[in-house]
Amino acid sequence: MNRRNILKGASALAVMGTMAGVMSATRSSIASSSNPVIKITAQRFNFTPDEIVLRSGQAAVLEITSLDFVHGFKIPDLGIRTDLLPGRVTTIPIRPLAPGRYIFLCDNFCGGGHEDMNGALVVSQ
Amino acid sequence: MLDRRDFLKLAAVGGGVVFASALQGRALAAAGYDEFFFVQLSDSHWGYSGPANPQADTTLRTAVASVNALATQPDFIVFTGDLTHTTDDSAERRRRLIAFRDIVKELKVKNVRFMPGEHDASLDSGMAYKELFGETHYSFDHKGVHFVVLDNVSDPGANIGEAQLQWLKADLALIKKTVPLVVFTHRPLFDLAPAWDWATRDGAKAIEILMVHPNVTVFYGHIHQEHHQQTGHIFHHSAKSLMFPLPAPMSQPKRTPLPWDPAQPNKGLGFREIEAEVSDGRYKISEFPVGKV
Repeated sequence: MNRRNILKGASALAVMGTMAGVMSATRSSIASSSNPVIKITAQRFNFTPDEIVLRSGQAAVLEITSLDFVHGFKIPDLGIRTDLLPGRVTTIPIRPLAPGRYIFLCDNFCGGGHEDMNGALVVSQ
Repeated sequence: MLDRRDFLKLAAVGGGVVFASALQGRALAAAGYDEFFFVQLSDSHWGYSGPANPQADTTLRTAVASVNALATQPDFIVFTGDLTHTTDDSAERRRRLIAFRDIVKELKVKNVRFMPGEHDASLDSGMAYKELFGETHYSFDHKGVHFVVLDNVSDPGANIGEAQLQWLKADLALIKKTVPLVVFTHRPLFDLAPAWDWATRDGAKAIEILMVHPNVTVFYGHIHQEHHQQTGHIFHHSAKSLMFPLPAPMSQPKRTPLPWDPAQPNKGLGFREIEAEVSDGRYKISEFPVGKV
């Protein structure tokens, strides 16, 4: 995967992710100023924070910044995935409806601790 | 020393699994196909150091000795990736790959096929691997079966990629649909556990290409345990590791290695024989422990 393909893929997949993420609202309504913005840092081999808590139906915006690598960000059960380009803020509007614990992970192999680079989105009632 | 009869007996009582999958049995036998068997080893992670296997510097050598102890040697041996454990240091990566290559040179069988895992290839797009082992995807034929090695690890995003998918189509266009097809990959081609990164991002495209062939069986590694699944008419069989076992898919919160047991240091490790039983149209898969053959 060269840089051009990564950029193309990141752009396309970010859109796919926001559309597929069990949301009932449009991107613009989710990203409105009244919704919480959750800032996440990705750095080998951690997401910080690695647990995000939302209420069911609560809209929020994830702003993820990678500090060192083209990490992936994937929430398989919400159909969300994108590449995280170092130095750029990747914005992912979400509105999870069903309560539960949704694992997110880096899905671009990034080194010896890659298997530990994950976290959870906890959606309460 | 285990002779062929003992092996079959062991297979019968000790975890030998029979899959009526790809081969078309008597029709193929009548057409002149031979029975044969090969050995699959996987995930040796040479260079690993940690609590999951305090004997990490001996396990691969023990496995080589175990394979060499088989009274009847296989037609060929395949390593399905993660030959070495990853490192950020490119010189160290080469040292590990060379050390691995030197150890497996001791195998009696010299027809040995390799492919990379993400630990070997993802951080440098397979550069060091290619220098030392050659192409990361290729095909070959053996006694009437067509074997395809697919690389789903050189891209850190676990894509096979369009170029390789086109190559696969072109390669398969050269064989008759009736020819049995065996595919070797490192990662599962299907979504076994995406939350644990046990998947291939564009694996569905490869499966779609393979689906037009009636006789397809996939052998892979990556998940450090035996696992058997079917997608459509395609069988997928994963192999144990030679370094540390991993938990069953999604059976615990994290995919951390299973704890090492000093009383049974090689527990959960092993290799397998795959016997192509052309006469009755089955693959016999027999699992072997490391160090007890």
